Amino acid sequence: MSLLRSASREPLWKEEFSVFTSDERYVTRRQFAKFLTLVSLGMFVGNLWVLAKAYFAKTPSFPSVEVGEAGEIPVRGVKLFTYPTPKDHCILIRTGEDEYVAYSQKCTHLSCAVYFSAKDDRLECPCHQGFFSVRDGSVLQGPPPRPLPKITLERNGATLLAVGVKES
Amino acid sequence: MTNLERSKQRRGLVAIDGAMVLIVILLIIQIWLLSATLETFLAGHTGAVLQAAIFSGLVFLGCLALSLFATRVD
Repeated sequence: MSLLRSASREPLWKEEFSVFTSDERYVTRRQFAKFLTLVSLGMFVGNLWVLAKAYFAKTPSFPSVEVGEAGEIPVRGVKLFTYPTPKDHCILIRTGEDEYVAYSQKCTHLSCAVYFSAKDDRLECPCHQGFFSVRDGSVLQGPPPRPLPKITLERNGATLLAVGVKES
Repeated sequence: MTNLERSKQRRGLVAIDGAMVLIVILLIIQIWLLSATLETFLAGHTGAVLQAAIFSGLVFLGCLALSLFATRVD
């Protein structure tokens, strides 16, 4: 005895769509299964969209941009700048006499601007108390899922140059 | 309705319920897969994006097969 519907039965639409108005608010199991399958198709399309973004996205170019002069800021001082575009805010920190690090200022959680806490020697996001290491940008505490993107710095004499962004 | 027809209908309902449970499980896996893929993509890692899309497509085909089964089962 087969479980599958035989071909000689009534058309499917006669069973799926009720002629009674009062029955229309009920969703049948079959309709619900179709809806879930449609959601599954949406998830698949989402994955394809990510795939297309990954393959067709332009490789970002990182120009060499002057950030400032060495010695311009005091030890444990900071300077804000933008890199690689004017919309990408970054923070330069002088961690030692001759040591500089720079990170994107955008928190990897919800994009709030992080600031340097000299007292605790870490970068802090004021929105949800996400803390980052000033050494490598790694997450110390809080909801951020990823480290801060690190700005690659180079020295040209006394001038500090931003030459790239390193996503971890 | 005879006992035989009633028994057949009950088996059909159980089959549809089972198919729906499987679809829901597959959908949960697919939602997790999409969020994980998006997370790794935003982190700058694109190595697993193709595999995730293929797996998501297979999961969708599974859902489609189960949905067709639920539609055709008596």
